[in-house]
Amino acid sequence: MPGKLKAKIVAGRHLPVMDRASDLTDAFVEVKFGNTTFKTDVCHKSLNPQWNSEWFKFEVDDEDLQDEPLQVTVLDHDTYSANDAIGKVYIDIDPLLCSEAASVISGWFPIYDTIHGIRGEINVLVKVELFNDLNRFRQSSCGVKFFCTTSIPRCYRAAMVHGFVEELVVNEDPEYQWIDRIRTPRASNEARQRLISLMSGELQRKIGLKVLEMGGNAVVGYLQCFDLEGESGLVVRAIGTACTLDKLSSGSAPNTNTHMHPNTAPTSNACNSPSKDGKEPVFGEDLTSSGPPTPFRALPTTSSSPPPFSPSKPCSRQSSSSDTDLSLTPKTVEPVRRRPGIFLCPSSPTLYTDTLSLAGSGSVGCGHTSAPRATTPPPPATAHSDSVLLRKSVSFTEDLLLAASGMGSGGSVGKEAGPLKTLLRQQTQTALEQREFPFFTLASFPPGFLVHVGGVVSARSVKLLDRIHNPDEPETRDAWWEEIRQEIKSHAKALGCHAVVGYSESTSICEEVCILSAAGTAAILNPRYMREGCLDIGIADHRFEEPSPPSCGFCHVPYDELNMPFPAQLTYCYICRRQKVPDVLFTTINLPPEAAVTGKGCLIQARLCRLKKKAQGEVNATAISNLLPFMEYELHTQLMNKLKLRSMNSLFGLHIQISVGENMLLGLASATGVYLTALPAPGGIQIAGKTPGDLSNEHHILTIQKRINDTIAKNKELYQINPPKLFALDPEVFCGINMELTEEVVGSPIPEPRQRSRLFRSHSESSDEVSELDLSHGKKDAFVLEIDDTDAVEDIHSLLTDAPTPTGFYSCNTEIMPGIHNWTSGVQMFTSVRVFRLSNANLTNQGLNKIFTDLCENLLKSFYFKLRSMIPCCLCQLNFTVAVPEEELIQVAVTAVAMTFDKDQTQEKTADKPPTKGGSETEEQLQFSMELCADSSSANCQPTPKIPGFPESTNVSSRAAFVDYGSFADRCSTWLELLRLKAHTIRRGSVKTSRRTQSLAHSVSSLERCSPLPDGRSRSLRSDRSFRGSSVTVVKMTPLSFLPGTRIIKYLGIINMFFIRETTSLREEGGVSGFLHTFIAEVFSMVRAHVAALGGNAVVSYSMKECMLMENPNKNQAQCLINVSGDAVICVRETDPEPTPSTTNIGQTCASATDEPT
Amino acid sequence: MTMELDVFVGNTTIMDEEVYQLWLDGYTVNDAVKVRMDGGVLEECEASADVLLSDTMDQYKTFQMCERLLHSPSKLGNQLLFQIPPHRQAMLIERYYTFDDAFVREVLGKKLSKGTKKDLDDIGAKTGVTLKSCRRQFDNFKRVFKVVEELKGPLVENIRLHFLLSDKLARDYAAIVFFANNRFETGKRKLQYLTFQDFAFCAGQLISNWTVGAVDNMVEDMDVDLDKEFLQELKELKVLITDKDLLDQHKSLVCTALRGKTKAFNEMEANFKNLSRGLVNIAAKLTNTKDVRDFFIDLVEKFIEPCRSDRWTAADIRLYLTHYNNSAHILDTFKHQVVWDRYMGVVKSCIFKMYHD
Repeated sequence: MPGKLKAKIVAGRHLPVMDRASDLTDAFVEVKFGNTTFKTDVCHKSLNPQWNSEWFKFEVDDEDLQDEPLQVTVLDHDTYSANDAIGKVYIDIDPLLCSEAASVISGWFPIYDTIHGIRGEINVLVKVELFNDLNRFRQSSCGVKFFCTTSIPRCYRAAMVHGFVEELVVNEDPEYQWIDRIRTPRASNEARQRLISLMSGELQRKIGLKVLEMGGNAVVGYLQCFDLEGESGLVVRAIGTACTLDKLSSGSAPNTNTHMHPNTAPTSNACNSPSKDGKEPVFGEDLTSSGPPTPFRALPTTSSSPPPFSPSKPCSRQSSSSDTDLSLTPKTVEPVRRRPGIFLCPSSPTLYTDTLSLAGSGSVGCGHTSAPRATTPPPPATAHSDSVLLRKSVSFTEDLLLAASGMGSGGSVGKEAGPLKTLLRQQTQTALEQREFPFFTLASFPPGFLVHVGGVVSARSVKLLDRIHNPDEPETRDAWWEEIRQEIKSHAKALGCHAVVGYSESTSICEEVCILSAAGTAAILNPRYMREGCLDIGIADHRFEEPSPPSCGFCHVPYDELNMPFPAQLTYCYICRRQKVPDVLFTTINLPPEAAVTGKGCLIQARLCRLKKKAQGEVNATAISNLLPFMEYELHTQLMNKLKLRSMNSLFGLHIQISVGENMLLGLASATGVYLTALPAPGGIQIAGKTPGDLSNEHHILTIQKRINDTIAKNKELYQINPPKLFALDPEVFCGINMELTEEVVGSPIPEPRQRSRLFRSHSESSDEVSELDLSHGKKDAFVLEIDDTDAVEDIHSLLTDAPTPTGFYSCNTEIMPGIHNWTSGVQMFTSVRVFRLSNANLTNQGLNKIFTDLCENLLKSFYFKLRSMIPCCLCQLNFTVAVPEEELIQVAVTAVAMTFDKDQTQEKTADKPPTKGGSETEEQLQFSMELCADSSSANCQPTPKIPGFPESTNVSSRAAFVDYGSFADRCSTWLELLRLKAHTIRRGSVKTSRRTQSLAHSVSSLERCSPLPDGRSRSLRSDRSFRGSSVTVVKMTPLSFLPGTRIIKYLGIINMFFIRETTSLREEGGVSGFLHTFIAEVFSMVRAHVAALGGNAVVSYSMKECMLMENPNKNQAQCLINVSGDAVICVRETDPEPTPSTTNIGQTCASATDEPT
Repeated sequence: MTMELDVFVGNTTIMDEEVYQLWLDGYTVNDAVKVRMDGGVLEECEASADVLLSDTMDQYKTFQMCERLLHSPSKLGNQLLFQIPPHRQAMLIERYYTFDDAFVREVLGKKLSKGTKKDLDDIGAKTGVTLKSCRRQFDNFKRVFKVVEELKGPLVENIRLHFLLSDKLARDYAAIVFFANNRFETGKRKLQYLTFQDFAFCAGQLISNWTVGAVDNMVEDMDVDLDKEFLQELKELKVLITDKDLLDQHKSLVCTALRGKTKAFNEMEANFKNLSRGLVNIAAKLTNTKDVRDFFIDLVEKFIEPCRSDRWTAADIRLYLTHYNNSAHILDTFKHQVVWDRYMGVVKSCIFKMYHD
C-alpha cells in the first residue's frame, strides 16, 4: 500500500453553455483513479463554478500510480436525462513520484473533449504521499527520472552511463474492437486515449525497473513511439539510455533544492520517513543543498554499486529467435560511411566474404543473403542491393591509431597516445562488448565521452503485420527489433567501433506492411563513463589525458587503414596532423561543442519519391524491400552532391526517413552540413558528358558546369567557408606560387582542385595529367557527375534548384547551428503541417520528386517568410516527418524552433569581445552565454595552447601515408555503366596530405567562442508583466535541450501526451486546415498548462512524435491523433542569482504572474 | 495537384499587424494578398506569391480563432489556447475595437437593433467601409452597449475595465453608448457637418454634467440616463425669457460687457433676445424625450445657424456665451444660478465644439 493520491477540485472557468434555456451550466466533476471515483457537488447555473471540494483521497499501489493517469471529468448535471460530459483532463502524476521533480500539481487545465476540443478550464490540485517500499520484488520503479533530452540534462552530471534500455507493450486497438461499432466516437476516442496513457505509464514503469536493475537512477534520451498497426493492434515501445545522474552541487544547483524542499533538506538522510509536504523523497539524500556531492544511486532496493562494467542485459524480453516467416525480405542497410558512389561497388570478392562474416552474421534478412530466398530480383537489382549491402557493412576491424603511430609520424604525443589509447579502448571494448546492445540514445555528450566516430550505421526491415494474438507476449515485435539491433551492432563492429551513439528507431506502417528502421552512429567511447568511480569526468582537467585534441579527436577514424574493406580516402587530420581522418564524415549526432568548425553549417536535405505498384501481402513487402536499397542509394547520392555543392565535408544529425504508402515510397534525409576543420576540403563537382563528340551537348555541359561552380562559390561565401586561407598558402610553400594566385583559387572552386592536383602531383600517385574539363571518370580529382540521360540532367537541375536561405536566416536540424554562438533569447517554436494531393494519376518518378522537393522547399520558404521579424535568426532542430496518409496524399510535418542571435558578434571574430548589445531585435534581448553549453565551455579553450606545438615535420611523414585508390574508381565506373546509372566518382588525385599545421590559427578563431561572454543584457523581460490581471504563466517550448539566455535549474518530469480529436463538422471548423490548426494550438496549450501546473515555465526537448490525420471531406469528418513529449523544466535567466520565480510558482494556485522570466 | 492542408502554429502565436489590419478591414484573403504584394513585402523577403497566400490564409485562420476571445477581451488575458505576449494582446484588442469615424458617424444615435444592422450594406456603400468591417464595428457597439447597460459605476471606467481599451477609445465608446441610449438625432442634413469627434466631445460633457452619475455615482445606468430632476428644474429657467424685465436687464448687462470688444456687436445686440429665447427654450423642453433627441439639431437651428449667418467668429461666440452666462448671476431676481450653470456649462462647451468657422 505504498501511496496516497490526493486531489482537490478548486474551480472552473469559461465553461461552455450546456443549458440553452438559461445560457448557463450546472457543472460537477468526477475524479477517477483506477476504479475509484469521487464526485463534487453540482455548482448550479454558473459558467465559472467554484467547487472548492474536499481532498479526494485514493489509496493505491505505486505500480498503479505509475501506470494510471488521474482522470478528471467535468459534466453538466441534468435532472431528467443523462448527464452530459463537458470534457476531461488526464493528469499524469508521474512527476510527483520523483522527489526531485515537482511536489504538487496545481493549476488551470484546459478541459478537453475529443469532439469539441477545449471547453473551458478547471483548476485542480494534486499531491501524492508515497510510503517507502522495501519490497525487493516490487513492480514499480518510482523515483527513476526520465528525460527526453538526448544529452546529460543541464543541472546533472553523469556519474555513470549504463547503457541501452528498451521495452515494448502491445495491446488491441480499441478502435478496432467489436464494441466500437456500437459506441459513440467520443467513447471510442476516450478509450483509446486512456489505453495509450495506461500503456505508456506501464512502459515507463517497466523501463524504470530495468534501470534500477542496472543500478541507474535515470533514463536519458527517452524515446517513446506508438505504432498504430490497425487491425493487428497497438504497440507502444520505448528506448533510452540508463544513467546514474548526480545533481550538480555547485553553482546553480543548490538553489534549486533548497528552495524547493526547504523542509526536506535537514532530513535528507531519512529515506524512510515521508517528507512533510506529502512526498516521499525516495532519493532523499539528493536533496541536500550544497553538501558533498552525494552519489545518487543509493536505492533502497538495489545494490548501490553495480559492477564497473555492468553487463546490463538491456531489457529485451527473452524473446524467441526471430520469426522468419514474417521477415519476408531483406533489411537493407545504409552505408556506414557514405563515400561518393565509387565506393558503392568496389566489389572485390574477398571483400564480400569479409563483409558477410563480419556484418552479415547477425542480420537475418540482409539483402545479400535473402535475395535468393525471398525473391529473385533481376540481376542488376541484385548487383545493386549487393553493393548497398557492401556499403553498409564496410567493415574495419582494427584501430587506425596503431597503424598511424606505427608509421612513425614522429610526434611525441602520437607515440604516447597510441598505446595508451589502445589500452583505453580495450577496456571499453570489453565493457561494452558484454552488453547486449552497446547503444546510446544520446546525441550530445559530455566532453571527452566520445573518442572517435566511425560513421552512420543503419538497418531497415520490411515486415508483414499480423494480429497480435496474445498481448502479454509481444514476442514477435521484440524479435523484430532484436534482429535489427543485432544488425546495427555488427555494422558498428565492422567499423571498428564498439558502440552506437545517437541511436533511434522508427517505423512506417501502411496497411499490413511495416518498415522498421534503426540508425545510429558507430563510435568509440571513453570507458570512464562506463566505469564506477569516475564521477568527475565532466571536469575539464581530466581531459588532458585525451590523446587527441578535442577539437578534432572525434574525427579520427577508428578503423584500420590497412584493413579497410572499401577504399576510403584517409588523410592526416588537418588540426593535429597526427591521425587519419576520412574525407567525409556522416553522423546522426549533434556536432560536439568542442569540434573545430570552419564557417557556418546549413540544412541539407535529400528528397525522393518512388512509385510502386499496389499490391497485397508478401508481394507488396517484397516490392518495397526491393526498392529500399535504390532509395538509400539515391538519397545518399543526393546528400553527397549537395554537401559538395555547399563545399562542406561532414553531416551531423543525419536522419533518413522512409515512408511507405499504398502506391509510393517517400524518402527524406535531413542533416546539417558542416565544414569540419579537421577534414580535408571537398573537391568540386565535375560534369562529364557521355558523348564527347557532340558539340551542343558539350556546350550544355559547360553551362551546367559553370552554374555549379558559381553555386559553390556563392555557397562558400554564404556559409563563410573560407578556411583554408592558411591551407591556401600551401602551394606557395611547395611551389612558390604567389599569393595573388591563391587568393583567386579560394574564390573559384573548380580550378582549385585542378591546380592543386598539378601542384601536388608528385605526392599523388595519380597517373593523369589533370588540366581539361572533360574529365572521364576514373580520374580522381573532383566529384564527377556524368550526364548520360535525362535522369541525370534532372538530378543536376534539382541539385541547383535548392533555394538558398534568405539573408539573415540560417537553418539546421541539429541542436544549434555550427558557427553561431551568440544566441539571444528570442525563441519561437512552431509546428507546421502540409498535405499535398496529387491529382495527376500517371505521374513519373521524376514528376513526383519535383513535387515532393517543391513541397519541402516551399515549406522552408514560408517559415523564412513568417519568421522574418526575428532576423537574424536560425531555425534549429528542423525536424521533418513525411507520411503518405492515403493514396495520392503526401503529408509533411515540421517542428522546429527559430532562435535569434546577435549578428554583430558573429562576424566579429576576435577573442576579446563583446560590446554590450548593439540592440536591434526582439524586446527580450538576453545574451546567450556559452555557459549553456554546460561544462564543456571551459574545456574548449584548452587545445589552443597545444596546437602551436605541432611540429611541422609531420608533413613529410603524412605524405608517405597516402594511398591510391584509382583502381577502385575504375572498377566502380564499369559497374555503374552496367547499371546504367549516373557515375559518381571521386578523383583521388588531390589528396591534400601536405597541408600545414598553420590551421591552428583558424582553429583558434573558431574556438574563441568559448570565451564566456560577459553579459550585456539591456532590458528585462519584466516590462511585460503589468498586463491587466493576466494570470497565465508564459511557458516557452523548444525542441532543443536548452533555452538560450537561461539556465535550467530544475527538471520537473517528462511530458508525454497523446490526444485524439475528431469532428463531424469539418466545414464549420474551417476545413481540415482549420481543424488541424485548432487541434495543434490546443495540444500546445495543454502541454503548457501541464507544465505550468507542475510549477515550470518551459518545455525542452519538445517533439511531436506522431501527427496522424484522417479526413473524409465528403462526410464532413476528420480525425487526428497527436503525440507529443518533452521535459518540463524551470529555468531562470542566466544572470539571475537566485531562482526566485520558481519559489513563487511552486505550490501556489496557478496565479503566478506573467513575469515569469522565460 | 492541390494543397489539401496548410497549417502553421507557433507556441507564441505569430500575428502580423499588417495582415490583422487587412482582416479587420474586411479584405478577403485574395484581396489581402494583393494589397500585401503591392506593399512590397515580397521583395523584402525573397518570397513568392504562394508563400504570401499561405501566410495570409494562416493568419486569417488565427484571427478567426481569436475573434471569439476578442468578444470578451478579459478572456484573452487568461485563456490558455493562444500564448500571446501582453502587449500584443493589448494591440489585438485595441485594433479590434477601433472603428471608422465615417462609419460610426452614420450609426451614431441610431438604435443598435437588427433593423439598423440590415442597413449596414447601405452604410458600407456610402462610407466605403466593407460590409464585414461594418458588421464587426456594429457588433462591437452593440456588445459594449449590452454589457455596460447592466453595470453600475462610471461608464467610461466600466468600458475600459471590461473591454481593456485605452482611455481614449473607452471614451469614444461611452459616447456611442450614450448616443444610442438617448437616441440623439445626428443624421439630419443640418448636422452633417459635424464629425464624430464633435459629438463624442459633447457626449462627454453631457455625461459628466447632466446625467444621474454627475450627482450620484452608484446608480445603475448613471452615466447613460440624463438626470430627470435636473431636466425638471430646467423649466424654471424660462423666467429668463418670460419675465420681460429680466430679459431686458440680462440684455443690457451682456451688451455693456460686450460693447467695443467685437465687430459683431451690433448683430449680437440685435439678436440677443432671439438667441436667449432659443437657448432657454431648449432647456425648458428637455423634459420631453422627443426634444432630448433633438437637442443637437435645436442647438444648431436656434443658435449656431443665426450666428453663422451673421458671420460671428468662434471668438465672438466664446465672448458672447461667456458674458451671457456670467451676466445671469448678476440678475438679482434670478434664483436658479446652480441649474443655470449646470445647463450653460454644457451648452457653452458644446456650442464651442460645434461651431466651425
